[in-house]
Amino acid sequence: MAEMAILIDVTRCSACRACQVACKEWNRLPGETTTFTGSYQNPPDLSATTWTLVQFRESADGDGLHWRFRKAQCMHCTDAICYAVCPNDAITKYPEGNVVINQDRCQGCLRCVESCPFQVPHLNPTTKKTAKCTGCVDRVMNGLPPACVKTCTSGALQYGGRARLLREAKARRDKLFPRGVIYGEREMGGLHVLYLLPGPSALYGLPEGLAGTGALGAALERVTRFALSSRG
Amino acid sequence: MTNHWIDIANSDAILIIGSNVAETHPIACKWIGKAQDRGAPVIHVDPRFTRTSAKADIHCAIRPGTDIAFMGGLIRYAIEQNLISREYLAAYTNAPYLVHPKFAFTDGLFSGFNQATGRYDQATWTFQAGPDGQPLTDPTLEHPQSVFQHLKRHYARYTPEMVAAVTGIPKDTFLKAAKAFCATGAPAKAGTILYAMGTTHHTVGSQNVRCHAVLQLLLGNIGLAGGGINALRGHANVQGSTDFGLLYGNLPGYLALPRQQDHPTLASYLEKETPKAGFWVNKPKFFISLLKAWWGDKAARENDFCYDYLPKVSGDCSYLAMFEAMLAGKLRGLIVIGQNPAVSGANVGMERKALGQLDWLVVRDLFPTETANFWNAPGVDPSTIKTEVFLLPASTYLEKEGSVTNSGRWIQWRYRVAEPLGAARSDGWFINNLVLRLKRLYVGSLQPKDRPILDLHWGYGEDRPDVDRIAREVNGYYWVDRKQVRNFTALKDDGSTACGNWIMSGFYFEENRAKSRKAEPEGIGAHLGWAYAWPLNRRILYNRASARPNGEPWDPDRVVLRWDPVATQWVGNDIPDFRGDLAPTAPGGSNPFIMRADGKGALFSALLEGPFPEHYEPFESPVSNLLSKVQRNPLVRINPADWNRLGDAKQFPIVATTYRLAEHHHATTRYLTWLVEMMPNMFVEMGRELAEEKGIKNGDVCTILSARGQIRAVACVTERLKPFALNGRTVHQIGLPWHWGFVGISRGDSANVLTPHVGDANTQIPEFKAFLCDVRRGG
Repeated sequence: MAEMAILIDVTRCSACRACQVACKEWNRLPGETTTFTGSYQNPPDLSATTWTLVQFRESADGDGLHWRFRKAQCMHCTDAICYAVCPNDAITKYPEGNVVINQDRCQGCLRCVESCPFQVPHLNPTTKKTAKCTGCVDRVMNGLPPACVKTCTSGALQYGGRARLLREAKARRDKLFPRGVIYGEREMGGLHVLYLLPGPSALYGLPEGLAGTGALGAALERVTRFALSSRG
Repeated sequence: MTNHWIDIANSDAILIIGSNVAETHPIACKWIGKAQDRGAPVIHVDPRFTRTSAKADIHCAIRPGTDIAFMGGLIRYAIEQNLISREYLAAYTNAPYLVHPKFAFTDGLFSGFNQATGRYDQATWTFQAGPDGQPLTDPTLEHPQSVFQHLKRHYARYTPEMVAAVTGIPKDTFLKAAKAFCATGAPAKAGTILYAMGTTHHTVGSQNVRCHAVLQLLLGNIGLAGGGINALRGHANVQGSTDFGLLYGNLPGYLALPRQQDHPTLASYLEKETPKAGFWVNKPKFFISLLKAWWGDKAARENDFCYDYLPKVSGDCSYLAMFEAMLAGKLRGLIVIGQNPAVSGANVGMERKALGQLDWLVVRDLFPTETANFWNAPGVDPSTIKTEVFLLPASTYLEKEGSVTNSGRWIQWRYRVAEPLGAARSDGWFINNLVLRLKRLYVGSLQPKDRPILDLHWGYGEDRPDVDRIAREVNGYYWVDRKQVRNFTALKDDGSTACGNWIMSGFYFEENRAKSRKAEPEGIGAHLGWAYAWPLNRRILYNRASARPNGEPWDPDRVVLRWDPVATQWVGNDIPDFRGDLAPTAPGGSNPFIMRADGKGALFSALLEGPFPEHYEPFESPVSNLLSKVQRNPLVRINPADWNRLGDAKQFPIVATTYRLAEHHHATTRYLTWLVEMMPNMFVEMGRELAEEKGIKNGDVCTILSARGQIRAVACVTERLKPFALNGRTVHQIGLPWHWGFVGISRGDSANVLTPHVGDANTQIPEFKAFLCDVRRGG
């Protein structure tokens, strides 16, 4: 099977959050007990029981008021640090791109939690294991798109061959969004979740500087420091 | 909708006013986005900057309740800048008609207002007629008595400065929006208006919608692909419910419910309700076929087809009036299906009290609702309530079969995928069994008053009704052999045909076309083989106007229909919404608006308040009307009871509006953990400036007060709500989602504790969207 990806076209997302619900429904994740704290974003962050989340960013910058929406989830990195640092061989990388934590093998050591540049894996306090988006590995290996993609109302989410999606995203950016950014082409060796953003990635809370060859090394160094400090 | 969801993609400009489409109809964003990709600007007119505004190109932050001032400004702009479509206006609308010489508009009132009755004598709201009885016209539109010149004079006051002073929308933002939308007045361009309850939930709600019609006619935008006036209906089958006469004044197919005073006999009904020209001349065929469907063999010419069996309305039977009568103890029982008035009603404090005056109340719902639990509401002592409440579990849409009609009038079949859980039953089951049991209870009765039930033609089987049989009846059939009619053109007024809903007739002739699923890869997205749109599978209403008077399409690249002189037929991408062989030059060949007697679009058309929409302030307003001395809609009456006090701007200086969120469906979804997780608490949105003034921080608990009551909510302090600058004054606004109530896993105060019990003069739809309140920190 060819390398696959999800393309998140932020220019089309209206933050209806059907993806958040579809993810919970397919993956049988419980609703969390939350409170309204002044933002539409809820739950406030990804967790072991919230694998995808639409983030809301409100800002009144130079050219007027903006309310920016970005769906966050595991990026399914080519150079997946979680995979590199897992001491229990609990993480599987599929040729299609999915990076999946095997719950039977996970010991909850938190190395993946600490090392992820996108703060994706979280410890489930009940099972004492880490959990995150699987890219709906059980669906895509059976010819179905991921649950979030299937339910997307506005056409913001697509699933398909990574090369084709990149090509289409670039064509759309070049035609309609001259200041647009494709995020994920080279970050962490190439992500299997790609973004088409109408503006700089920092406005959407995406870390910069992960596209160089040193990114994996730098992250590994951070993990080593963490491992040493937790030993002390 | 005159058009349909997919057709939004054909638009050259999209004006969204009174709708938060991204949150209330998320799927529409798919089609809006396609239009945007083609370069169509999206203009969002809304008090708050919402998820829709975030996707729009221009956001106009409008003060709640000032839509007519904004739309009037667009009307004036289109005329002043000469962006109107003169050829369209002259040929397809009543713009050239000469108005009665005594027609006038002075000091906020049209001619004929009677101060004593509070009603208009509409004698001067008419046209000058020639010796043939036809209106006198001036096709140049220059005659000072022409509708067009009256319209131009009427809106001359709606200058960009006036729009800014009344609505709070900065002048330059207004002009940007006006330029973007009115550019669709060019002949080959089409702009669409999308609206919803933000337009209608006002004491001037009907006139708000009229504004849309006036502007779209001026710009020549009706009948075209990508044009039209598109009401986004609030649930999957609200359109179907309306089509079946769920509104208090309607029978199925938009036939009027008989009124005792006007229609004591069948002859008087048909005489008064049937116009002399236009397609409605066929009304007797539809009406008598409906009576035949209902009373079958008993309905005969000799007994006026059982016309006497129909209940006749006397007085106001609207929703507001019903609850007022209930509070006064005049109603004994109430059946509530798919509604939750204890949360969604206007002034719910009063409506909950009214429910307590009933002897019995039946609620059918998926969950125990606030209405079913009104006797247990906070502050209510159950021992003081005498009402007997029956809560009957309903089935979900996945557990029943039948048709659903979407906003675009597409009748689409849905199948049952699972049996209802436990004792839950479908609404169809409930109605069928209710009628069968009533009929059994009356067996043997000799009283004439029981005949309507005993004689009711009711044959859908026992238990779960046979939906196929219902669908066939809706389509209509010949009484003699029960064979389906081809469509409503076959219906007769002699009792030989029966039809449950004439507008849908044609969907089930040889096959049930609501089940048809053939998509079209090419064309304008009409998808004629996908489901069936009433009437007669026409996807764009008034589509004669998609072509010039000579039959050539305004836009050769987006053909809806064109006249083929060789074939002497209209051909193209849609079914003609008129006679398909009627040449453009034939008499009536340029009359697109077939439901009107003259076939012309009505720039001048009498609703109760007048032939042109005029701005009046909401019943509770922070300011005086700048456009005239008449402060409020003079046709609206408010119940002056103590429970319905109006607030004064000194005590309640903040403008409030209510709305829904993407994450909840009315009040029912607060039982679903995945949705509650996303929107867990009742909140109040307010701007930073107001919050600073009141010492409120994001996440603080606040109290919101109106003249009707007070509620608690969590503060959402945001840049997305701004104070309005009105003629030198600053007026703050707050926004309140109305989903919450006192049952469910997420509980909170209901926004409608605060809203007034006052409605539009024409429809009685309540003014949920503009009222006054105050807010303070702490709960």
